[in-house]
Amino acid sequence: MERADTPDMALSRTSASADPLITLRGVTKTIGDGVLTTLVRDIDLEVRRGEFIAITGPSGSGKSSLLYLLGLLDVPTSGEVFVRQVPVNALGEQARAAIRLSVIGFVFQFHFLLPEFTAFANVKLPMRALGRLDDAAMDARAGALLASLGLEDHMHKTPGRLSGGQRQRVAIARALANEPHVILADEPTGNLDSQSSEQVLGIFRKLVDETGRALVMVTHDLDLAARADRQIRIVDGQIVEPSA
Amino acid sequence: MKLILDIAVTHIVSRLRQTLVGLLGVAMGVGFSVMMAALMEGSQRDFVSQLVDNMPHITMTDERRNPPRQPAEDTFDVVQFSGLRTPETRPGIKNPYAIIAELEAWLTGAVAPSVQSRAVIRFAGRDTAANVTGIDPRRERDVSKLATQIRGGTLDALYKSSNAIILGDKLAAKIGARIGNTISVASGRGDVLTCTVVALFHSGISQSDETQSYTLLKTAQILAGQTGIINAMRIRVTSILEAMAIARRIEAQTGYKAVSWQEANEDLLSAFEIRNFIMYTVVGAILLVASFGTYNIISTITHEKTRDIAILKSLGFTEKAVRRIFLIEALLIGAAGTVIGWALGYVLCIALGTISFKSPFMDATHLPIHYTASHYAIAALVALSASAVAGYLPARKAARVHPVEIIRGAS
Ligand SMILES: Nc1ncnc2c1ncn2[C@@H]1O[C@H](COP(=O)(O)OP(=O)(O)OP(=O)(O)O)[C@@H](O)[C@H]1O
Ligand SMILES: [Mg+2]
Repeated sequence: MERADTPDMALSRTSASADPLITLRGVTKTIGDGVLTTLVRDIDLEVRRGEFIAITGPSGSGKSSLLYLLGLLDVPTSGEVFVRQVPVNALGEQARAAIRLSVIGFVFQFHFLLPEFTAFANVKLPMRALGRLDDAAMDARAGALLASLGLEDHMHKTPGRLSGGQRQRVAIARALANEPHVILADEPTGNLDSQSSEQVLGIFRKLVDETGRALVMVTHDLDLAARADRQIRIVDGQIVEPSA
Repeated sequence: MKLILDIAVTHIVSRLRQTLVGLLGVAMGVGFSVMMAALMEGSQRDFVSQLVDNMPHITMTDERRNPPRQPAEDTFDVVQFSGLRTPETRPGIKNPYAIIAELEAWLTGAVAPSVQSRAVIRFAGRDTAANVTGIDPRRERDVSKLATQIRGGTLDALYKSSNAIILGDKLAAKIGARIGNTISVASGRGDVLTCTVVALFHSGISQSDETQSYTLLKTAQILAGQTGIINAMRIRVTSILEAMAIARRIEAQTGYKAVSWQEANEDLLSAFEIRNFIMYTVVGAILLVASFGTYNIISTITHEKTRDIAILKSLGFTEKAVRRIFLIEALLIGAAGTVIGWALGYVLCIALGTISFKSPFMDATHLPIHYTASHYAIAALVALSASAVAGYLPARKAARVHPVEIIRGAS
């Protein structure tokens, strides 16, 4: 395994389609000073290209915690996290932020859009932070993304003037802005009615099938989970029934 | 960078009212600081210029800066002398008119000879000690403002009668003498001259108005009992700030002690330095207090925006970028406040400058205001630094927000 000096160098390597995008090896996360709480325990997991993974499990079982570890928002207490086979535990704050910006897209249960910015500006935000495209290209991409999610008439509204389902679709568009390899979604349909949930799931399914991205979705809804390629069930911070 | 600026502007615009309050805080701080600096420096400059206008810029006397070599030293090989007597009469400047010609050859300004002596002036049973300065009216005109300060006559009135004298107005009032009165002037050696008051002068500096009097050179020489003596040269230079250097050159050239106005007023000038130090401390304190408002706003915004900060970080914003957002917000408030403060300060200065005073103790009827870009620059610098500090503390805290905690809490 070669060591990468910068995350970009490592990530720009073209990899075979079987290459894992994110790998957790023996990852454990505990918190607390005196009384230790174990959020996840000894997790081995590979997220590969073109794979739709659903994570299910009872409330408080550690699903969100696992997702934060996959998305480099959190650092494991023990075990190793690899992004495209490069170990990232030891990377600094800036390098991890750079990986999040270009490789990972988050969608949460709550939309987390910036309230003062329009849907369009929210989607443009990660592109501007990354700075890879010029302004015209960013505008075009933001417009296309929003349109592909059925939001062409709502681009210039602020989140306060959008419905819950619309907001969640804007959040998905934003997560996709920098063409991430992996999308991590934490109960993305948790606040949506069944029709909107169905719509979001359709978008996700299409994304994985058509662009070959990987998607990891935490959900309580077993029907939705059933439509993933792979289901992982977590109980008490441990994977209990990995199944194909 | 543009993105960070956009976010920063959005934040402060969304809290418009608070932003305005903070902005006004900085503006008032800057405005009052500018006003105070203009007033302090204005009054100082006014004072100095009055001082400088009223006295010769350089006075060269018949003294030497270091004691002259005693003739005995040439004869005897000793380390110390005792019992040497100082002569009772002042030595005077040798060849004064040759020296004047020499100085006038290179000096841009004017030189006038004078005789300085002390005397007791007596009139109607009242007496007071006074300085009697013998002058050459034609030359004096060029070295001091005396000619313009004469009341009830002109400087040339000194030629009108023998032993004519011009008294400071307060000196005259003290002994009750008026123009036309005859007073007696007693020298230290006991000689008494009878002089006629031909005019009064008012310089506005009490010290001088209360103790100074002027006569012709000849009169003062008689009073001193030394015919033809000149013991001081009064020199006015065109560029007053070079007075010190010129004085040094005169001293080197003539060997006589030449004291510039700066040297003569050293303690006064150092008092000004202390005053300025106090002023800048107060100005700094004002601006520091003003920056608390900024601190308050930025703290509030970072509190309200923790969720946004968390999402920005989860998207891939670095701590540095987040910190920069709030630092820029503080600097924007500081900068806008500074610009408004400049205008405020300028307006305050103009307003103060129009106020007129009628005071029996002061000649100035308007507050002296000094306008200079450096006051504005210093106030801006301090205000912006204070804003940067005020913004940095909450910005640093905001940048350390752990996104996981916020996201957990919000979902
Ligand atoms: N800061 C914390 N202090 C103590 N315990 C915590 C903290 N954060 C999370 N936990 C605990 O860690 C466990 C895992 O939390 P996590 O949010 O990952 O569960 P989850 O599976 O996502 O639950 P849910 O389905 O309700 O979202 C829970 O038991 C939770 O109470
Ligand atoms: Mg959860």
